[in-house]
Amino acid sequence: MNRITIWIVAIIVVISAGFFGWYQPKMRAQEDAASAALAAEQAAAEAAAEAEAAALAEANMIKIGIILGFTGPLESITPAMGAGAEMAIAEVNAAGTLLGGSAVTAIRADSTCIDAAAATAAAERLVTSDGVHAIMGADCSGVTGAILQNVARPNGIVMISPSATSPGLSTAEDDGLFFRTAPSDARQGVVMTQILMDRGINVVALTYTNNDYGKGLADSFEAAFIEAGGTVTISAAHEDGKADYSAEVGALASAGGEVLVVAGYTDQGGKGIIQASLDSGAFDTFVLPDGMVGQQLVDDIGDALNGSFGQFPGTDSQGAEMFQAMATEAGFDGTGAFAPESYDAAALIMLSMAAAGSSASADIKDHVMDVANAPGEEIFPGELAKAIEILAAGGDIDYVGATAVELIGAGESAGNYREIEIGDGAINTVRFR
Amino acid sequence: MDFLNGLVAFLNFVFVPGLAYGAQLAIGALGVTLIYGILRFSNFAHGDTMAFGTMVTIAFTYLFQNLGLSLGPLPTALLALPFGIAGTALLLLGTDRLIYKFYRQQKAAPVILVIVSMGVMFVMNGIVRFLIGTEDRSFLDGERFIISARAFKEMTGLQEGLAIRTSQGLTVLTAVVVVALLFWFLNKTRTGKSMRAFSDNEDLALLSGINPERVVMVTWLIVACLATIAGVLYGLDKSFKPFTYFQLLLPIFASAIVGGLGNPLGAIAGGFVIAFSEVTITYAWKKVLGYWLPESLAPDSLVQLMSTDYKFAVSFAILIIVLLFRPTGLFKGQSV
Repeated sequence: MNRITIWIVAIIVVISAGFFGWYQPKMRAQEDAASAALAAEQAAAEAAAEAEAAALAEANMIKIGIILGFTGPLESITPAMGAGAEMAIAEVNAAGTLLGGSAVTAIRADSTCIDAAAATAAAERLVTSDGVHAIMGADCSGVTGAILQNVARPNGIVMISPSATSPGLSTAEDDGLFFRTAPSDARQGVVMTQILMDRGINVVALTYTNNDYGKGLADSFEAAFIEAGGTVTISAAHEDGKADYSAEVGALASAGGEVLVVAGYTDQGGKGIIQASLDSGAFDTFVLPDGMVGQQLVDDIGDALNGSFGQFPGTDSQGAEMFQAMATEAGFDGTGAFAPESYDAAALIMLSMAAAGSSASADIKDHVMDVANAPGEEIFPGELAKAIEILAAGGDIDYVGATAVELIGAGESAGNYREIEIGDGAINTVRFR
Repeated sequence: MDFLNGLVAFLNFVFVPGLAYGAQLAIGALGVTLIYGILRFSNFAHGDTMAFGTMVTIAFTYLFQNLGLSLGPLPTALLALPFGIAGTALLLLGTDRLIYKFYRQQKAAPVILVIVSMGVMFVMNGIVRFLIGTEDRSFLDGERFIISARAFKEMTGLQEGLAIRTSQGLTVLTAVVVVALLFWFLNKTRTGKSMRAFSDNEDLALLSGINPERVVMVTWLIVACLATIAGVLYGLDKSFKPFTYFQLLLPIFASAIVGGLGNPLGAIAGGFVIAFSEVTITYAWKKVLGYWLPESLAPDSLVQLMSTDYKFAVSFAILIIVLLFRPTGLFKGQSV
């Protein structure tokens, strides 16, 4: 018995040594993250204090609900999105000129990204209990549609989503209340087609992750590509998180094509398919839509990914850089996905209020498109005070913002994309579309 | 020449990946089947046991990489594997002491043990995620290919390439060695024989003086070996992600049941049946037939029996058919 105890203790010691070796680099990374988080917290506290002071000064209150998935699959990017929207609100409050000096308050709520019932309840609370005048959100396409139908339309509240990209939302019944500063994936399908055609590629194989995003993007791309005269040899779904992708790669290789379009995720089935395709020599070049563009993928796969190309939302407008600078100053990551779109969504809500001369959703819904599009004076991030002044004087503005906003169709961003190509282990920008 | 091209395409996209995947499933299913045969319950925590063993192995792989140790062309993980097995053995023996032993003494019905193993599964799930995180990790180093598609094309002058990864070669080789060792152990050694006796008839085994606690301990030790080896081989071949290991449970159970639960030979056969049914039935034969048939008969369509969406449906359809006609599985196992 004694001998067994000694053996067990010995094995435990050896194993803890192993974990120590593995945790050392991790601990250092955590320390860095902790100090960064501390700085961000301080900045947030300062911003909150400012907002509070402003609120006390003014009796006339405008409330904007910010409903994003602060818990759930998007919990890593929503903090920067919320901070982006609140930065626009703080900017307007600092100017103090909106609707004769009304203060704007942001009220956060959790959309969870995936639970439509929870998102609807949270939005209902924003509207009925907090009495928000408009909603900035939601983030994921599914919950956005649910809130639009169950809360926004019955209550007549304007919604501007920074990140819902499903093509289905373009045709949803919205009573003119729904807008988005993110482009529809239908647009990405067209951009991807243009990129392929410009490179002289006419025959592709296509695989997509089996969910709303993957299926929506694959369908819109296939339609656009065939219309442009291209051929899609096969369109095969893959499930994320599965054990083996040999069957999918076998079918894709057999169907053939000059390149393989992978509408998936960098750390899920998309990566598995690319790795297996490269290993078996099925495809050498891959087309990567927004969900597949990430440095992690480039690092994991290595040199073999060189020459692959793709696109993700981005713009070369000077507004993007101005926004980055403002975000850094405010203490959050301005390069975070959809953070600039969030700033623009909140700014559009407030500028429409200025244009309508009212904070009621019924009045502002007709002014969103006017404010966002030409004609008028171009407005960049940090110039919201100037914009309110022009609007108050009866002038016209063309809000450009952080993402070169241009609303088309049923009130969605026309969509600017950054075409990229992988080379030497880095993601290089080719041009903007 | 065309015939060879077609053959190589078939080998490259169907046979080699199927063989490696089948070997991984087979080793996993061996663990499940041993527990079912000797401890008499379906262990739902097996996928997460594999994840735990792989996690410990990864920790040591990183440690060795930091120390500059390596096996040259072979992955460093092989060096770390014994430590992974030791860690898993500790975990499994500890779980047995703390949890399963209590129910064994109560002579609890197998269905209760199954539910208990589900509880253990969720706890292990949490431990693994807590220690290593949820993200995807690749820990393969050394030479990636035994032969790459490009090298094969240059060597043979064929249009089609044949790629064999180091991890695939290792998987098949290890599977053969592990299976041979296991059968030698079960059939030739005294402990192995006592385990089989215990599995066949518990009361008779007790009467002939076999110590049940010792049999249980040895079983868990073997399961720890099998689970860690299966997990590490799978992780080397694809990548490590706790969620994927959890999902592996389904094909592994399907393999064990198709082969006949409790029968080690059946587990191996089942692993290959499930792997090849996933890969072959949904394969698009266009390319292979394009080589094999005369040009006038070459197909325009994909010649795909059904879309790859259905690959899981196929393996479970096979499972149901087997159970309908041979309730004890392909090889004579215990009925479910």
